[in-house]
Amino acid sequence: MASRWKEIVKKIDDYRWEIPTSYKDGMSVPGRIFASEAMLDHIWEEHAFDQVANVAFLPGIVNYSLAMPDIHWGYGFPIGGVAATRVEDGVVSPGGVGFDINCGVRLVRTNLTETEVRARIEPLVIELFNNIPSGLGSEGKIKASRKELDEVMMAGSRWAVEKGYGLPEDVVATEESGCMKGARTDKVSDKAKKRGLPQLGTLGSGNHFLEVAVVDEIYDSDAARVMGIEDLGQVLVLIHTGSRGFGHQICSDYVDILGQAVKKYGINLPDRQLACAPIESPEGRDYLAAMACAANYAWTNRQFILHWARESFARVFNKSQAELGMRQIYDVCHNIAKIEKYDINSKMEKLCVHRKGATRAFPAGHPDVPEAYRAVGQPVLIPGDMGRYSFIALGTEVAMAETFGSTCHGAGRMMSRGAAKRSLKGVDVARSLAAQGITVKAESMASLAEEAPQAYKDVSEVVEITHQAGISRKVVRTKPVGVIKG
Amino acid sequence: MTKEFEIMDHTADAGIIAYGTDLKQAFANAAKGLFSLITNLGDVDEALHRDIELTASDQESLLVDWLNELVYHFDTECILFKRFDIIELNNRHLRARGYGEKADNAKHELKTGVKGTTYHMLKIEKNKGYRVQVLFDI
Repeated sequence: MASRWKEIVKKIDDYRWEIPTSYKDGMSVPGRIFASEAMLDHIWEEHAFDQVANVAFLPGIVNYSLAMPDIHWGYGFPIGGVAATRVEDGVVSPGGVGFDINCGVRLVRTNLTETEVRARIEPLVIELFNNIPSGLGSEGKIKASRKELDEVMMAGSRWAVEKGYGLPEDVVATEESGCMKGARTDKVSDKAKKRGLPQLGTLGSGNHFLEVAVVDEIYDSDAARVMGIEDLGQVLVLIHTGSRGFGHQICSDYVDILGQAVKKYGINLPDRQLACAPIESPEGRDYLAAMACAANYAWTNRQFILHWARESFARVFNKSQAELGMRQIYDVCHNIAKIEKYDINSKMEKLCVHRKGATRAFPAGHPDVPEAYRAVGQPVLIPGDMGRYSFIALGTEVAMAETFGSTCHGAGRMMSRGAAKRSLKGVDVARSLAAQGITVKAESMASLAEEAPQAYKDVSEVVEITHQAGISRKVVRTKPVGVIKG
Repeated sequence: MTKEFEIMDHTADAGIIAYGTDLKQAFANAAKGLFSLITNLGDVDEALHRDIELTASDQESLLVDWLNELVYHFDTECILFKRFDIIELNNRHLRARGYGEKADNAKHELKTGVKGTTYHMLKIEKNKGYRVQVLFDI
């Protein structure tokens, strides 16, 4: 029964709901869901409550097992889940990061207007599609050697910039400056390296995309100006992809390794996909070192794609980079585990923050926010479905106090891929998007149907909750005009 | 013919439920189900084969590792498998041969990409025959 959640959750306020530890024997902290009352029926129906509760079993988890409003049924962790564990006596779980390690979003501004881009949207989308390898089984144009792949794992996006793919300021405007510390190439399997090598510089398939968007609404013009966004109708470019088969293999490898560790350390878990190991154990440290390699690979991947996007725009509009003004606004990861410090009961504690489909949202003044944004806060990039909106928001102090500096990451699926394919056809999706003024080019029509706007929640509802709850505040809304997909 | 497998819907991902009179057949049908998510199996010919041998800590891990091994072959060699001979299978060991061909854009429609196999909702059940259930990250 859909309304059964009412007997279980405690309402804190209109946007905060608590699952008490009494819900499931073994929870060491309560669950806390950021959602509207209207959303809770759906969250309950698809067992996401159970997944929030299961995460609360993780040894060393602090305060709450958290869920952002784009929460949906995942495997192990819910998607939209955040969990912080004490480094001292807590665990790290590859399932709390996911298969697509450092899946993330990169946003770029331009000097172009909607009118200019609409006039050339067909050739632009075709040029982008031809210039950026995408789709299932696609191979990249980057023919990297094993040695170079090792360098990518250690250096992150800086590696691509040094090879001529992008600008030094792109690196500055990237979470962790595009390079996660602690990477160790010897902790990555040969299989992962073999999978990763040909896929470097590819967009991939599924929900990954490159979107040409226009500014549709500005909520805070001062903050928008800091990002280089001045006017309605200004054109932006959004890139959403991750670490491809390289990260997927690292996740598979370490779910196996940490599955053994669970037995070794006598950890009690309700779901094998939550496999974990103490952060300070050899298994835990090895995972974090391999995960950092995948994070760095993903940033390099997005760096290549940005470079080819700039190239494509220059060709189609016959303008120089200076005229185009394609400056990177920011790059965030939304599948990651990070060691960060938080005030827990008036004591600064080192925590491992798992963000599985959640975005870091650091406030103004935080030392990890690039200088350009330190006065306003860290930009948070929240893509929606390909028919409606995407949002740019900023991190807040409330996020630091309540969600370990985290907020939502996207719209969240509402309809399964199978249901979407049964009820929709790729060609119809493309046609209906075209009628709304959105040009789409996809490698696979089936994947287009799976990713249809109807399969997703309305991202504006999700963002409204994070805004009202105060864990991030919205600055700009964009709408798509062109999309390329795998 | 009895049902080999069915697709299991999941909001973000997709899974399969596979059947077999014995465990070998259930493992083979699970693999077939995996590739039916990726492409239309009817379009795939048996032009090549790959031998796979695995050892795992238990039966569930063996199923996950088996399917992940096939994902790995697809990702690194672009091989679409359509038929499987499970030659040897016990609780911790598997030896098999998969038949298929390299993906060809002109011939095969590539549908859903599979990132990996999860342990979430994983089930291996024995009744009259075997029923295995597995969820993939898509």
